[in-house]
Amino acid sequence: MSQTSGSNRIVRVAAGQGFWGDWLDAPRRQVEGGPVDYLMLDYLAEVTMSILQKQKERDPNMGYARDFIGAMESVLPAVVDRGVRVVANAGGVNPVACARAVLEVAAARGAAGKLKVGVVTGDDLLPHLDTLIDRGHALANMETGEPLSTVRDRVLSANAYIGSVPIVEALARGANVVVTGRSTDTALTMAPLRHEFGWGATDWDRLAAGIIAGHIIECGAQCSGGNCLYDWRNIPDLANVGYPIVEATADGTFVVTKHPGTGGRINVPSVTEQLVYEMGDPHSYITPDVVADFASIQLAPDGENRVRVYGIKGRPATDKLKVSIAYRAGFKAVGTLVYAWPDALEKAQLADRVLRERLDNMGLRFDQVLTEFVGVSAAHGPLTPRTTEAPEVQWRIGVRSSDRKAVERFTREIAPLVLNGPPTVTGFAGGRPKVEEIVAYWPALVDKSVVQTKVELLA
Amino acid sequence: MKVRLVDIAHARSGDKGDTANVGVIALRPEWYPLIAESLSHARVAQHFAGVITGDVERFELPNLNALNFLLHGALDGGGTLSLKTDAQGKVFSTAMLRMVLDVDDDRARSLKLPEAPRA
Repeated sequence: MSQTSGSNRIVRVAAGQGFWGDWLDAPRRQVEGGPVDYLMLDYLAEVTMSILQKQKERDPNMGYARDFIGAMESVLPAVVDRGVRVVANAGGVNPVACARAVLEVAAARGAAGKLKVGVVTGDDLLPHLDTLIDRGHALANMETGEPLSTVRDRVLSANAYIGSVPIVEALARGANVVVTGRSTDTALTMAPLRHEFGWGATDWDRLAAGIIAGHIIECGAQCSGGNCLYDWRNIPDLANVGYPIVEATADGTFVVTKHPGTGGRINVPSVTEQLVYEMGDPHSYITPDVVADFASIQLAPDGENRVRVYGIKGRPATDKLKVSIAYRAGFKAVGTLVYAWPDALEKAQLADRVLRERLDNMGLRFDQVLTEFVGVSAAHGPLTPRTTEAPEVQWRIGVRSSDRKAVERFTREIAPLVLNGPPTVTGFAGGRPKVEEIVAYWPALVDKSVVQTKVELLA
Repeated sequence: MKVRLVDIAHARSGDKGDTANVGVIALRPEWYPLIAESLSHARVAQHFAGVITGDVERFELPNLNALNFLLHGALDGGGTLSLKTDAQGKVFSTAMLRMVLDVDDDRARSLKLPEAPRA
């Protein structure tokens, strides 16, 4: 399906979604704006799985990223008529239901029988959690070291981050669309390249190159001019921003680019900003397939809106997989009011003292109460210099507690301040703050050997 | 000579749990050695004293003219537990760039560094 054959053959992987909630138009624009071989859609953030788990508990046919079905509808002609293949981790905690929904929308649009959907399962560890703990897998929190048993009764979801292998299998078996659960974001890009170029399980450098290609495009436009600090004023036409495309060759070198006629900008600074995003130890970027070394990456300009990436080194993968566990962790609510000139900050500070005194007088217990003054110091805290008087200040107060009633009572205490607190206050039209149940993230490691992935093809 | 980091570097930040990471990138390759020398572990820890509760880790990426810092205990518990506006550490990037460096006059001139506006 690619332009040329032989060692110079180029495979194009386009990013169409950087998170669940990203630009709805992006997938269609990626398949219509120019040649692409694969469309990669990343839907999962750290706590997304738990949200989906709650949805599945209410309805056994839910539990996946519904946006993906609309995205598939919008790219269906490209998939059916031009052979563009789609790889997405939209399956959440119910990849099979997700795949069925894709087939249904295809049938409704006259493409019945024209689609093979590969479904990757096996990342869901929730049904096996007690067995794992009984067998001595502590699933200790990677940040605190605490064993999972301390929160076991509050666990909502537990999913291993899985790598490229099952996605490659699905593609090899002819899937036009591959739907996974909690696969790593980077595997969604690396797997198509591995499949096309036949990279082996120990081609460490090339696997690492595929992972880094994935890291660069997994946040969508964040490497093509979005959220880009470098020369931000002069980045053209963000309204029409082009999402990134990787043009890769078999040796693992690749170019990051975007379709002609789109806005945004791809240059060495924009790609570098994305490379350091959410970076840990850059020498050891650990994935299920390979450990990539970001200190080996070389970047070079390659024409307008083109950056060449080469020289990447990788090392053998570890024998562990990361596990994303979500658990119920109490309740929270955040309230805001806006105070106007003159003395906006002092008024907001007085409102804060008054509210805290009332909460104390009621004897409510909170694990935490946090006040910020937006417009003064919410972004940079004590690093913010005191300059001129703020013309207006948003007072923002949040509380967190295991006691839902305490948080609920807090939400009733904001609006009264409009009439019984400091003056020149506004910004309460949104009504009472909402009480939110906190679903917290528990990262852990598990032996690779206990996770068995499975690939099915649905048509 | 006083030089503002924001005039010689750009940056991006993000989160992993209760840790914010800040990648600092030299605006010109020839400025990277100065930035790497100036942004020592101690200097960055001092800059964020009172803002973060944990340690600072520092990594060099000369191939990208970049440094990466991990600021532990930066996000009030992090993720969904955090009550902060910036629960995901998105604006620690420019918090880092608020730093002002003291650079030897001769070196500043030879590197053509922009001088900080006088207060």
